[in-house]
Amino acid sequence: MSAENEHSEDGGVETREDGGAIATSSERLVDLYRQMALIRAFEEACQKGFRQGKIGGYLHVYIGQEAVATGFLQAFEEGDRVITAYRDHAHALLLGSDPKEVMAELYGKGTGLVKGKGGSMHLFDVERGLMGGYGIVGGHIPLGVGIAYAMRYQETDHITQLYLGDGAMSQGAFHEAANLAGLWGREGQCPCLFIVENNKYGMGTSVERTTAMTDLAAKFDAYGIEHEKVDGMDVEAVVEAAERVAEQVRETGKPYAIEALTYRTAPHGAADFFENYRTKEEIEEWRERDPIGMVEHKLIENDVLDEDKLEEIRDEAKERIQEAVEFADESDEPPEEELYTDVYAGEDEYTGEA
Amino acid sequence: MAETKTYREALREAMVHELDNDESVVLMGEDIGVYGGTHLITDGLYDEYGPNRIMDVPISENGFTGAAVGMAMMGMRPVVEMMTWNFSFLAADQIIQNAAKVRYFSGGQVEVPLVIRGPNGGGVQLSAQHTHSLESFYGHFPGLKVVAPVTPNDVKGMMLTAIRDPNPVIFLEAGALYGTKGEVEEGDNAVPFGKARVAREGSDVTLIAYGRQVNLCLRAADTLSEDGFEAEVIDLRSLRPFDEDTIVESVEKTHRAVAVQEQWRWFGVASEVAAIIQDRAFDSLDAPVERVSGAEVPGPYARNLELMAFPSEKQVTNAARRVLYEEEK
Ligand SMILES: Cc1ncc(C[n+]2csc(CCOP(=O)(O)OP(=O)(O)O)c2C)c(N)n1
Ligand SMILES: [Mg+2]
Repeated sequence: MSAENEHSEDGGVETREDGGAIATSSERLVDLYRQMALIRAFEEACQKGFRQGKIGGYLHVYIGQEAVATGFLQAFEEGDRVITAYRDHAHALLLGSDPKEVMAELYGKGTGLVKGKGGSMHLFDVERGLMGGYGIVGGHIPLGVGIAYAMRYQETDHITQLYLGDGAMSQGAFHEAANLAGLWGREGQCPCLFIVENNKYGMGTSVERTTAMTDLAAKFDAYGIEHEKVDGMDVEAVVEAAERVAEQVRETGKPYAIEALTYRTAPHGAADFFENYRTKEEIEEWRERDPIGMVEHKLIENDVLDEDKLEEIRDEAKERIQEAVEFADESDEPPEEELYTDVYAGEDEYTGEA
Repeated sequence: MAETKTYREALREAMVHELDNDESVVLMGEDIGVYGGTHLITDGLYDEYGPNRIMDVPISENGFTGAAVGMAMMGMRPVVEMMTWNFSFLAADQIIQNAAKVRYFSGGQVEVPLVIRGPNGGGVQLSAQHTHSLESFYGHFPGLKVVAPVTPNDVKGMMLTAIRDPNPVIFLEAGALYGTKGEVEEGDNAVPFGKARVAREGSDVTLIAYGRQVNLCLRAADTLSEDGFEAEVIDLRSLRPFDEDTIVESVEKTHRAVAVQEQWRWFGVASEVAAIIQDRAFDSLDAPVERVSGAEVPGPYARNLELMAFPSEKQVTNAARRVLYEEEK
């Protein structure tokens, strides 16, 4: 990993155990903490909503993985685009979507982010850069590459952050799209930052059981795409890598891949009852490295904030999410006319006849 | 001898029966082994038959389905699980371009004894990308057999037939009904393809459906019965091959027909049913054949919209009342 020395706003340079230098002002670390705490509170509220039967369909939460999207989206600039799979709540919240609208979407309400039409797996906030959550594993990867191509074709200096899971890398769509990105990137025409969220499992199947070549970052070699790995539980490490690499992609128009090593401490989805594909000990071990817990630890250790202050931040997050839950609960279902809207674009009214 | 079992148990029993009787049978799919199957159909089989016969595969539908076609061409009998049929679009190239046709374009030199199975249909708020009913999609292609059993007895009997069939079989399960119970015959109860089942006898109107909509029709039939109309309910259960005779005989008796399907109306099975009736029972008809289908929109998430998008009991009873020239309710 190539970590450059950078000076933080307050002038200090902190050094990580592996020798890489990271620079995060206390203020910024608190801010990152606040963002991650909000995601965690949101996801916990979702789990509750699901248990209460307020949320239907599939529900995939981001618990344990918060540092990945939080870190990478620090490098987001206006005009950039983000695309991901179905584990998409964090990405929407971090891009500034209103938690009320996101929760209302999950509650299937007309006030939802996509009018109650998509649910948890299909969050979109195009104005803020979110080009969607998608439900077919691997299916969104070619879209991300096309979006990146369009950015250069349209002569902008924006980039695409394309998030994908370890499991998605088994799909043909991944390999075809990565090949295209490498090819178009040769001419500086594909500013695509691939972010592999390697949480060790695709549903109940570990990476070791899906590929004989488990170095996921190195798979990008086959397509001429440079890559590295980052500790996806360490938000500061992620921020450092994200800012450096996003800059490079922006400048060169060439794709780049980062494999973030992370872990979902929550079950895969709301119906993953038994989790007999992994041990309790393994989950416990990773909880020790909980991305939020690690920041808390550091903030206390460095005398930035004490327990009370941390709790205050968590409570603030919970309050904000509680408001979102109430908003979602009180909102109306989509009006019936919405059934036939948005099927086709264009002026013609569509009523369900072909 | 018959015993009460769930749809899930009956389905699993058929696969176990064939695993035990035929070495060439293997099961293949995402998370079917160590995990036990996302719908727990294959739970426990991995421990019993081992990884060479209960094969966990990566998320690569096109790849593993194609590999299964290759195995079948060599005389193996793979039973591939699509975690849900929604993911089969990724494998559609292998299913349609190879499985369905290789026998034909090889001049009959190879066979493809392959079963692809999994839950079909929507209704639990999985929204647009996870809500499909694919019977007419696959039923369109010569070379494929397509079945959609709805009772526990049929799911077992038709799975036995599917595994033994020398052709690729698209086995569409009623995913929403895995937990429902029914009488299941013990032992080898193979149910032939191409034979519909009369699920309820009646003399006034024929309701024709398959899969989960059969249950909807049975409920509608009860409601109609309260008004004094006895509906006959036909469960097609096999869509390719298709049993025309049972429908025609019924319509000759009732003179009225309503075809019900969850999928979209355009280019669907119900249209085929209507066409067959007008071909073969035109003179028996007292009213035009009605079709009840899903709304022509991608699956919406919100519960109220989803309910509007699926056929309802009211739509079925009203369609029946229309062909009976009765007031709708
Ligand atoms: C094409 C396809 N096959 C199967 C599924 C079912 N499925 C949903 S999530 C998932 C696991 C994906 O794993 P990964 O890409 O690692 O993402 P993670 O869930 O770990 O975030 C599977 C198999 C699907 N949605 N799409
Ligand atoms: Mg994963």
